[in-house]
Amino acid sequence: MAKAELMPYDKAIEMFEPVLGFEVHVELNTKTKMFSDAPNFFGGEPNTNVTPVDLGLPGSLPVVNEQAVKYSISLGLALGCSIAPSSRFARKNYFYPDLAKNYQISQFDEPIAFSGSVEVELPDGRLFTVPIERAHMEEDAGKLTHVGGATGRIQGAEYSLVDYNRAGVPLVEIVTDIIYGAESDAPELAKAYVSTIRDIVVSLGISDAKMERGNLRCDANISLRPRTAPGEPPAKLGTRTETKNVNSLRSVERAIRYEIQRQAAILAKGGTITQETRHWHEDTGETSAGRPKSDADDYRYFPEPDLLPVEPSAELIEELRAALPEAPALRRRRLKADWGFTDLEFQDVVNSGLLNEIVATTAAGASAQSARKWWTGEIARVANVRGVDASSLVSPLHVSELVALVDAGTLTDRLARQVLDGVIEGEGTPDEVVASRGLAVVSDDGALIVAIDEALASQPDVLAKIRDGKVQAAGAVIGAVMKAMKGQADAARVRELVLERANA
Amino acid sequence: MSHDLTRLSASNLAEKLTSGEVSSAEATDAHLNRIEAVEPDVHAFLHVAADAARATAKAIDARRADGEKLGPLAGVPIAIKDVLCTIDMPSTAGSKILEGWVPPYDATVVKRLRAAGLVPLGKTNMDEFAMGSSTEHSAYGPTHNPWDLDRIPGGSGGGSAAAVAAFEAPLALGSDTGGSIRQPAALTGSVGMKPTYGGVSRYGAIALASSLDQVGPVSRTVLDSALLHDVIGGHDPRDSTSLRDEWPSFAAAAREGAATRSLKGLTIGIVKELQGDGFQAGVTQRFQEAVELLTAAGAEVVEVSTPSFEYAISAYYLILPAEASSNLAKFDSVRFGLRVNPVGGGTVEDVMSATREAGFGPEVKRRIILGTYALSAGYYDAYYGSAQKVRTLIQRDFARVFADVDVLVSPSAPTTAFKLGEKLDDPLAMYLNDLTTIPANLAGVPGISLPVGLAPEDGLPVGIQFMAPAREDARLYKLGATLEALLEDKWGHTLLSQAPDLAPQEMFASEEGAV
Repeated sequence: MAKAELMPYDKAIEMFEPVLGFEVHVELNTKTKMFSDAPNFFGGEPNTNVTPVDLGLPGSLPVVNEQAVKYSISLGLALGCSIAPSSRFARKNYFYPDLAKNYQISQFDEPIAFSGSVEVELPDGRLFTVPIERAHMEEDAGKLTHVGGATGRIQGAEYSLVDYNRAGVPLVEIVTDIIYGAESDAPELAKAYVSTIRDIVVSLGISDAKMERGNLRCDANISLRPRTAPGEPPAKLGTRTETKNVNSLRSVERAIRYEIQRQAAILAKGGTITQETRHWHEDTGETSAGRPKSDADDYRYFPEPDLLPVEPSAELIEELRAALPEAPALRRRRLKADWGFTDLEFQDVVNSGLLNEIVATTAAGASAQSARKWWTGEIARVANVRGVDASSLVSPLHVSELVALVDAGTLTDRLARQVLDGVIEGEGTPDEVVASRGLAVVSDDGALIVAIDEALASQPDVLAKIRDGKVQAAGAVIGAVMKAMKGQADAARVRELVLERANA
Repeated sequence: MSHDLTRLSASNLAEKLTSGEVSSAEATDAHLNRIEAVEPDVHAFLHVAADAARATAKAIDARRADGEKLGPLAGVPIAIKDVLCTIDMPSTAGSKILEGWVPPYDATVVKRLRAAGLVPLGKTNMDEFAMGSSTEHSAYGPTHNPWDLDRIPGGSGGGSAAAVAAFEAPLALGSDTGGSIRQPAALTGSVGMKPTYGGVSRYGAIALASSLDQVGPVSRTVLDSALLHDVIGGHDPRDSTSLRDEWPSFAAAAREGAATRSLKGLTIGIVKELQGDGFQAGVTQRFQEAVELLTAAGAEVVEVSTPSFEYAISAYYLILPAEASSNLAKFDSVRFGLRVNPVGGGTVEDVMSATREAGFGPEVKRRIILGTYALSAGYYDAYYGSAQKVRTLIQRDFARVFADVDVLVSPSAPTTAFKLGEKLDDPLAMYLNDLTTIPANLAGVPGISLPVGLAPEDGLPVGIQFMAPAREDARLYKLGATLEALLEDKWGHTLLSQAPDLAPQEMFASEEGAV
């Protein structure tokens, strides 16, 4: 594949206005498939999670999964959409071996949710409203494996295998309206948009939303149009490409940036953009041409005669609306204000993915700052070393108990880290670890005075200096006492007592 | 004896089975013998499951001997249209593309008849994917009309109707998309019922046009169809379009109709648009005589007009091919059925094309092309969209006339059975044979056909069709059984007893069974 010519990004943005549009497919985590009672579980032995319906066997008929409809309504509501009192499934007809019936049951002119918008936060904190055209229900296709070619792609393959385990997995496709005004932030906006959709479906609990597993898939449409002089009407929209196979948030950002640079280089030379799908290559950071895609593609849509219209009652819609969790963007704004975090501190928390753990820790009684410090500090460090999720190491309740012990003076930070280690090792609650490992701060003045008197007696020169008013000399005695106490003493209290005893 | 058993209606046979006078094994053997004797002439079956049928019959007899309470049709043999999926028999829908395909599941109606103890004898011939009105479009050769072997038995369910009319089975299952149960019933002198759309599950019925298809019974008496309808009907969670209604006993309705023989209080509308020009004289004559009987029995008969019916065939031949073009897309060689590899190999698209080219017959290809065209961008509104509007108008016509009458009546088909090959090269003439039956499918209302005599000019059976509002299937069984009783009172015999005996050698084989 010849390297495509790229225009420097800043120059591309100077010459052209990027216009975006996204189609995000969300796999719903229902127990069974969209139209059959096969388990909704992709993986395992090929072609085992299938029924006659998923294989499109003659005579089989689809039945709509009620839970999938409820999830779709919740998602539509979370995207600020109107919910259609009556929506219909349609058949999208095209021949492809991963499509068992050679038509996909989807929704066409009557989607379940339409006309919404979602607020997206750019890295600098600015909010951008992405308009949502629709969200509709459909079924996933099977998975093709091309064998014998060099690239694992269909070109050059000797034969292809098809696994219908994924066929019929419920999907919601979220389609944006055309997005204008992203300007130089287009790549960041793309990433933030997909990230926001992910947050929303996770907060609703309707999808596992793992991009690397294909639970969440983004097709990124982008076109460029030349800038016009102020006062002149904008140029008409350019030809778009649709980039597929974008399997991570980072790829979304990179793919958009790449396509802007590639298209700008072609357009600047007077060339034309081919309307086509583009395939994103994570390894090379490039896109390559897929199949031509024209607006005249004829899928011969018609209403699915095997299914009745979907007509959710107004009561059901209101019930689902009332059960919606707080929108992730609003929730973040509220937490940041409640906690009084700086932008940097809050961004740190968001990036760590430990927002929910910190919420739970504060709910158990810890201060937000202490919770943040422990989760993004020591716990994240241990998790990183062990290569596991921080949330799997320790519970928010135990972290809040640990914080309480430090706040009460029972533990120093250094001792608290040892207690945390014990909790992570499964030795029990922080209180139990303090007891079993004998880690509490010695707060009995009597024991400290015995140790201090011993230390002063063994260092008469130091004692003389202290008495001469050279207070800094006390450090040597304090060190000896802390050592004798095996570190389990409050150094400030030891210092007070040393000065008291020396001058007694 | 065996000859005798095949002449019994299903309900009479069931009585003898219940009383222990005959066993299911005997009844099944009798029908298998009859099949063996007449199949070379009739060719109603694509597959005969003799061993399985005998085993099923023995098992039913054993259960009965154990004192188990069995359903009213337990032990009665039945023929199943090849459009229905059967886990133990090939299910080809009359197409080469499914030759030898044995589904991994039973259609819901098949499950229900097995659960009720009926004994499947085999699968019956049909026009390929139910596209046709003569059974000549079967990829496995035509079925012959038992009344005249040179004539067609109607279609698409010619196999089921001929099997019943030739005494190869007392009962059969059919499917009716535009008349495929009713028209063959009319042309063979048997009874066929298309239930209300949604009254019987379509799960496991290989789809022709999903919004029109309906499975239903075929038999020699109205009561027998009602008994079978009681077995196969009712809600099926696997078919989203199946109704959740609680249905009355159709057999009870038929028995009541036969017992009272009175139609007082019933208003019957003769459909003006379904008579006159284009209807064979003998068909019209027998139809009018039947209507006179209905009047004599107390029915008020009026003429009603349904002007939109004029466009029914046009709308039907857009909606059906459109849905069929999509329903038949799955026959691509990837997962089941025929696979044809093009010479020199090729892509998966090449294999799909070669398979569909070789596996589909000309009528199927014609309708796939029509339907694909009708759904295409730029033509959708003019064709599929307009056809759906006509469908709505036809539904309104039905609603309007059903405000005034209880039942509609028409001849079941414009002509008696035509000769094999007569209309094969003229698809439009073939399509016109369904003009009487198509409106009921477009509106989803039930329709029944029963014999009203033989046309004087050709001595072939004529059928009458009654249609009722959706969900009023019981009304048709009651009225049908009344007319059937009145006709048999008048004739002194059943119509089918006048059909030629196709296997005279049996007269020697079974002396004690002379009728």
